[in-house]
Amino acid sequence: MQLTLWTYEGPPHVGAMRVATAMRGVHYVLHAPQGDTYADLLFTMIERRGERPPVTYTTFEARDLGGDTAELFQTAARDAYARYKPQAMLVGASCTAELIQDDPAGLAEAMGLPCPVIALELPSYQRREHWGASETFHALVRGLAKRDAKPAPREGRRPRANILGPTALGFRHRDDLVEVKILLSALGIDLHVVAPLGATPAELQTLGEADFNISLYPEISDTASRWLERQFKQPTVRTVPIGHGATMDFIREVALVAGVDPAPALGLGSRMPWWSRSVDSTYLTSKRVFIFGDGTHALAAARVARDELGFEVCGLGCYNREFARDVRAAAEDLGLEALITDDYLEVEAAITAAQPEMVLGTQMERMIAKKLKLPCAVISAPVHVQDFPARHSPLMGFEGANVIFDSWVHPLVMGLEEHLLTMFRDDFEFHDAAGPSHLGAGHGGSASAETLKVMPNPAPAAAEEPQGWTADAERELLKIPFFVRGKARRNTEAYAANRGISAITVDTLYEAKAHLSGGGRP
Amino acid sequence: MSAGAMATAGTALPLLRERGQREVFCGLTGIVWLHRKIQDAFFLVVGSRTCAHLLQSAAGVMLFAEPRFATAIIEERDLAGMADANEELDRVVDRLLERRPDIRMLFLVGSCPSEVIKLDLSRAAQRLSVKHSGVRVLNYSGSGIETTFTQGEDACLAALVPELPATTSAAPELMIVGSLPDIVEDQFLRLFADMGIATVRSLPARNAASMPPVGPNTLFLLAQPFLGDTARALEDRGAKRLDALFPFGAEGTVDWLHAAAKAFGIDEMHFRSLVAAPRERAKRALERHRMLLEGKTIFFLPDSQLEVPLARFLANELGMVPIEVGTPYLHRQHLARELEALPEGVQLSEGQDVDRQLDRVRSSRPDLTVCGLGLANPLEAQGLSTKWSIELVFSPVHGFDQAGDLAELFARPLRRRDMLKV
Repeated sequence: MQLTLWTYEGPPHVGAMRVATAMRGVHYVLHAPQGDTYADLLFTMIERRGERPPVTYTTFEARDLGGDTAELFQTAARDAYARYKPQAMLVGASCTAELIQDDPAGLAEAMGLPCPVIALELPSYQRREHWGASETFHALVRGLAKRDAKPAPREGRRPRANILGPTALGFRHRDDLVEVKILLSALGIDLHVVAPLGATPAELQTLGEADFNISLYPEISDTASRWLERQFKQPTVRTVPIGHGATMDFIREVALVAGVDPAPALGLGSRMPWWSRSVDSTYLTSKRVFIFGDGTHALAAARVARDELGFEVCGLGCYNREFARDVRAAAEDLGLEALITDDYLEVEAAITAAQPEMVLGTQMERMIAKKLKLPCAVISAPVHVQDFPARHSPLMGFEGANVIFDSWVHPLVMGLEEHLLTMFRDDFEFHDAAGPSHLGAGHGGSASAETLKVMPNPAPAAAEEPQGWTADAERELLKIPFFVRGKARRNTEAYAANRGISAITVDTLYEAKAHLSGGGRP
Repeated sequence: MSAGAMATAGTALPLLRERGQREVFCGLTGIVWLHRKIQDAFFLVVGSRTCAHLLQSAAGVMLFAEPRFATAIIEERDLAGMADANEELDRVVDRLLERRPDIRMLFLVGSCPSEVIKLDLSRAAQRLSVKHSGVRVLNYSGSGIETTFTQGEDACLAALVPELPATTSAAPELMIVGSLPDIVEDQFLRLFADMGIATVRSLPARNAASMPPVGPNTLFLLAQPFLGDTARALEDRGAKRLDALFPFGAEGTVDWLHAAAKAFGIDEMHFRSLVAAPRERAKRALERHRMLLEGKTIFFLPDSQLEVPLARFLANELGMVPIEVGTPYLHRQHLARELEALPEGVQLSEGQDVDRQLDRVRSSRPDLTVCGLGLANPLEAQGLSTKWSIELVFSPVHGFDQAGDLAELFARPLRRRDMLKV
């Protein structure tokens, strides 16, 4: 048993729902008790979909157990077919139905439904949402793709590609897709099928007719694209175009696979390089950021943070163990130990200990950052209603790079404001408690008092009493702007501890500062 | 309307029983408000990742504060017998109580998986109560195979009843049963004090140490219509239920308070003069919404079991026209007077086959449909105005001074529809 306050991923059948809901002409019959229908609200409320997910829940009760739950399943499947007339049906069990072992696959097969039925085996007590989505997409592709499909002769036509991975309830999938289509269009590549988002089972049958596949979200499309690679000898483009550099790499990789000239797409460019090089951005140099999310988004964020914004990555991790290896390698490259966990409390402790100046994470890390009074930008699922903005807001492609620059930089205290806070810290309306002015009222001291009130267990670091600070040194520390004060305190205490200094004086504070300046930030 | 006429209408109402897909929450959802109500209680669901995900999705807005609920997620090794589920549970509870020393009451909450694998949480609760002195460990089931949405609160309170101390005084005492927002509870306590009822207690109390005593001289008023098991448990301990309308709207609230006044021998003139002013205030507040709501049709999908009393309130005090009133479970005894007060021509339904019920919604095209979060936007996209039923459970809606707010919850979607020009 695992004690869980908040989860990063839902159960695997929610992943299956994300695939079913993304597609057209698919219906999912889920053997499940009353209550599992809560998952519908993820789609109708968070993503604001105007249609119910195409899911029928069998809704068995305690009194049905040991009785006719199997018949209940067959009735539900028969009714669902009659009402929705899907091109293909998915059948499976949620966690409780898995325990009663009714075998939806066998039951559906025995019914001889007049459409292809794809049975899902999603072990709820071992696996999670991303895995469930990946396995469901893989099962659909394997079950529906016509084995004899092949691309038309290459002469006299443009290359054709499938885009694989975008789903319902995906983090910015809707907008990413628009950007990737722009790149392919500039390269003169035709789109064959986008799946699962918007695809029909009939379209999945023709997957083999494309020249190659683009695996956009490996969490969802890697397994299916590997199968297509083996089955149809279709090459796979694996670079995920998040950030300016990765988008350039993506274009080059696509162009190579498709045998076209990359120049027209490379020439589109983003504003990110100049926005980052312009002097206004100097203050971003070596800002310490903590990165946590799904594997793909965390890896992409680490590259953008270090190479394109000049941040210092002080923590890197992911919650989906399936991507632990890649994240560990990237962390090692950054001189860090990767944090691979789906325990929210562990992430909170790691962020507290790392004392970053900014957090790039999920909605959960946004809450942690709020508690710790740190700026934060959301880079990854699990999604929240705010992750489905009305405006176009991609992470991928060149516009995605522009959006990343804005959304990661705006939460920070601006360059000149940082200096002015240092120079005039006693200004009556321009002080610690007022907080960054661009974030509006309520982001300073008063908000933080509320934060502490609702935190029954303040993090250990926050509760720690300074040991050995003289009154003068303590006063001097207060003159340092609030957003770097924690770091100054930590650095000074570490410096004092290393040298066996018991009483920290004003001199110790400045000695520590001199010792550490220019030498990087330990 | 005379009582006789109402009785005729009530018994004549046709009831449609349906069985099929239910678009409702399970009883675990009650934890979302119960953990705020009992301030030193912790709710530990023993269940699956789905249970944790449900609670998070239902309570997502409260992510900011560290919640007093969590899930002990059953894993493959627990099912395969590689780990002793009871030892695992003990370990999880140890870790939890170590982290939260402020907890005085711990509910082990059963779920669909824990019920199916027959994990005995009542024995676990006894064992853990002994191990952790100073913490009362109780258990109940909030599983979807046994409970619907608000029935989770019923199961929780019913589990509390055997733990309540016995009353020591011989004088009659009043108990308000059902968790109410603190502000509403305080309003009712003031009214009962003004009436002259000396001892009034609430179940649940705001902390573990103040749970009310119970005994043969306890008279209780249900504040919520979904507390069938709790009422039975209280009756088993000798307490008597006071029959009344539920305290929604001016008239419902008068009737509810009046049931207590009569039982405690309060002078009728005193009672009338006491409620006259707040009742008038409630009626004034309702009048503002009457213009918009009068004559409008409303369709309740089953959700919280509040449907029947709310339909009665909307029909009788605001002139709305209920088309169908669906409820997950119809407690005929506790709702007898409510059913009598419903207008003729209302279709009552119990249980759900959501596809068929939505067919009826689409064909009757009500002005307002009360439904769960999963259905609201899809109906709005078809041009049907909706009210999220969950808000009726999460906001203060009982009593005189919330009657206007309750009407506002139904009026707002219609007003908004009229306002928007996009």
